[in-house]
Amino acid sequence: MKVPSRMKLPQDFSLFRDYGMVLVLVLLCGMITWATWEEQHPSDESAGVALANGLYDLKGEDLHVAIIARQTKSDDEFVKAIEDQIAERGSSVKAVIRVRNPRDARIELERLGVNNTRINAIATHNFCFSTWGILKQATLDGLASNHKSFKDIRPYKPKSRMGSAFLSAENLIAILNQNAPVAIMAIGMTLVIITAGIDLSVGSLMALSALISAVTLRSWFGDADASAFGIMTAFLLGILVCTACGVFVGLMVTWFQIPPFVVTLALMMVARGLSFILAGGADPVDIQATGAELLYSGTILGVPNQIALMLWLFVIAHVVMSHTALGRYIYAVGGNEQAARLSGVPVFWVIIIVYAICGASAGLAGVMDASHFTSGRPKAGEFFELQVIAAVVVGGTSLLGGEGKILGTFIGAMILGVIQNGLNMQGVDSYTANVVYGALILVAVLVDQLKRKLLN
Amino acid sequence: MSNDSAPPPLLEMKGISKSFPGVRALDNVDLTLHEGEVLALLGENGAGKSTLIKILAGAHIPDSGHIYIDGEKVRMESPAAAQQAGVGIIYQEFNLVPALTARENIFLGQHSMFSLTNRSQERAATTELFHRIGIEVSTEALCRDLTVAQQQIVEIAKALSQQARIVVMDEPSAALTPREVEGLAAVIKELKDQGIGVIYISHRLDEVEAFADRITVLRDGKHVGARAIDEVTRDQMIEMMVGRSIENEFPKAASKAGEVILEAVGLHRPPAVKGVSLTLSKGEILGVAGLVGAGRTETARLLFGADKLDSGEIRLHGKKVAIKSPRQAIKHGICLLTEDRKSQGLILGQTVQENFGLANLSDFSARGFVSRKREGSAFGNYIDQLKIKVTGGSQTAETLSGGNQQKVVLAKWLQQNAAVVIFDEPTRGIDVGAKYEIYLLMNELAAQGKAILMISSELPEVLGMSDRILVMHEGRIAGEITDPASATQEDVMKLATGSTGEVAVEA
Repeated sequence: MKVPSRMKLPQDFSLFRDYGMVLVLVLLCGMITWATWEEQHPSDESAGVALANGLYDLKGEDLHVAIIARQTKSDDEFVKAIEDQIAERGSSVKAVIRVRNPRDARIELERLGVNNTRINAIATHNFCFSTWGILKQATLDGLASNHKSFKDIRPYKPKSRMGSAFLSAENLIAILNQNAPVAIMAIGMTLVIITAGIDLSVGSLMALSALISAVTLRSWFGDADASAFGIMTAFLLGILVCTACGVFVGLMVTWFQIPPFVVTLALMMVARGLSFILAGGADPVDIQATGAELLYSGTILGVPNQIALMLWLFVIAHVVMSHTALGRYIYAVGGNEQAARLSGVPVFWVIIIVYAICGASAGLAGVMDASHFTSGRPKAGEFFELQVIAAVVVGGTSLLGGEGKILGTFIGAMILGVIQNGLNMQGVDSYTANVVYGALILVAVLVDQLKRKLLN
Repeated sequence: MSNDSAPPPLLEMKGISKSFPGVRALDNVDLTLHEGEVLALLGENGAGKSTLIKILAGAHIPDSGHIYIDGEKVRMESPAAAQQAGVGIIYQEFNLVPALTARENIFLGQHSMFSLTNRSQERAATTELFHRIGIEVSTEALCRDLTVAQQQIVEIAKALSQQARIVVMDEPSAALTPREVEGLAAVIKELKDQGIGVIYISHRLDEVEAFADRITVLRDGKHVGARAIDEVTRDQMIEMMVGRSIENEFPKAASKAGEVILEAVGLHRPPAVKGVSLTLSKGEILGVAGLVGAGRTETARLLFGADKLDSGEIRLHGKKVAIKSPRQAIKHGICLLTEDRKSQGLILGQTVQENFGLANLSDFSARGFVSRKREGSAFGNYIDQLKIKVTGGSQTAETLSGGNQQKVVLAKWLQQNAAVVIFDEPTRGIDVGAKYEIYLLMNELAAQGKAILMISSELPEVLGMSDRILVMHEGRIAGEITDPASATQEDVMKLATGSTGEVAVEA
């Protein structure tokens, strides 16, 4: 008797086999990096420090520098960094010229010349350097011939280098942060889809949770005077209500055998409606309490809270799904509910727990949204259910149930985030972006399917 | 059968070889089929029967070898080509659309997409077909309302409507009651009379003896031999298939029944089960016979908590217990091997180890965390003990043969070490060798003092393996046979069909 055996890949390939979408993500990142690869002209704090050091090393004691920059917030940091660094090296900046346009800069320079202030270097960033006529060497030479104190005056800017705005740490962190709510909801959705279910209500539950937090903060926990405890309680309440909604869905699905698509479609409408009712219209309910924004803006060990929370939840979910009895049961229920029940799996409880977790994750995303905007927005999370489902599917989970990986979902959510970010960076308008976004989701899943075919 | 001067045989497959990655499925296999002949194709699961049939059906292309029909070489490059050549295959899983009528199913795919259908013409053609095979089924009945046997007839009619001259039946009797098998026999006779060649695949040797004119036996992808049916004994057939002789088809060991473990009183859940009472003792194998639909499986499901009791009670060791779910039944030490492994016993997409572990996670986990290592080593023991043919714990269940799938299910329940083991059709679709091993295992369990309830539609099996037999008829216990050794199949059938006077007494 022979056993029909399928060709087995060596174990080393399991990462590639189970998480093939990693490849897609890396490819995407590569593509976007390539598309955004151009000369970068930094004008941030570190660029200022580097410029100051460069100038000092060049001129030493003979450094007489004026800084020219615009009156913008981002230029503040740049200017301050140069001033501080020059002071650090034991010298000082002769003049700081903060102006709106080149004409004002010329007036200020003329005045310095008249006052006979010795200047031999102008520190600025690339924007002024390359666009303002006053900073052209020829113009400066003209100034120097009128004013002796400007002898040998030259403009300097931070070094430019080739790079990608996409691949900067700042941007990558922003992608993680922006997509944390969708990714967190995708955890719950993955469990639901593995049991061969679906939850369309997550986007609306997100709004409901945000509004419950905002409204209870305003009316029960003292509005602007709310204590930290009050804020936490309000947030917890939002999450709890959504969890209860999930339990309700589970009951409908198990006891009354209503297809989850229908139950959650109804809940989607009910929860959205309730959110508007709680908000008393389409306008957000403001959260006055100080500290409510910390969930969004705070950091743990330098990592933004949302990202830390998301990563933690993915790790926990991964461990639950791959190393616990509950995880096994969830896969079993999706793989074959009958066989699972006849093997002693408590199918009823598994379904309830799975929808409760999904509701809770939507509640958490809602609370995060409330903290982000310091308001409960009745329109929060509109169409998020589709993004969440897309993230799960792109992550390799089958809508038929029984298979799927939590870490795949993380990759899926990141793929969607990276696509969106890339389209933004390319300045693609939002209508076109939708078209490309949709098409790319399809391509991502197609690549995964083709890969499976090739490997089997 | 044809004699020497006759025209070339209807079908000849010569020197067929086929390899899959890592497996040589067929090695130089020959097969000959004459007009109006029934050829039984025998072999254990994995012997290459399905591959051979798939090649005939155009689903696989052979690596070497040729197929001749009426002496002419044909190439079966696609299922359509095979159909064109007059090959009709009745698979174990029917290809009927449940929501369409018998007529619509028969003509399904025979029209081009945008042509109109002529209902009355189709109806006449269908009626004629049904008449031809001597069967009475309404042409307008929805297929989902038909019995398995009737659906099979529709499949046969469908093949005939496509001018099939070679009809292949894969395990046609597996899901039929004895009476329905008789009907099938009549249909096969009818096909023979019309000069159609039938290839019959079955594990049931009594049917093979009754229906077939010749047998062709495969083993490990090789052609072992072809014989006329009256030239071989049943033992010789088994020996050809298994490659060694099996002394006794049913190795019943003497067992001594101990105290009563399980007692069911008036189990009631109409319409399938109407007041069933039974007792099950330590160390005995209690056979439950009856026709399909007699309520045997449903009774087992009640004992296992898979369905809710309307009334009646279950006692374990003399104490009344409430069993509301399979989970509770398992905790009470009852387990059930379902009749349908694929839809109820296994999660086909998961690995064999995961399937094994599913009912036993508490044995391998601490604080909710499952140790794959412990699970794997426990399963490894069963791989050895039950001789499960797998490449390892990570093979998916769907890739196993029926016998090995059953062994995985067995391993799952053996690990439970349950006091009561219910087998529902334990050897359905399983080849002779694996069957024998399962019988030995049942004996061993009984010897260990487990109580075994065995539901089976195969009368020789019930008679051969049971210590006692309960016969069910229409949801009730129709009678008990206390000495199977001296009982006959007729005795069981009389009770099962409700044709004896003593029925009502026990119900």
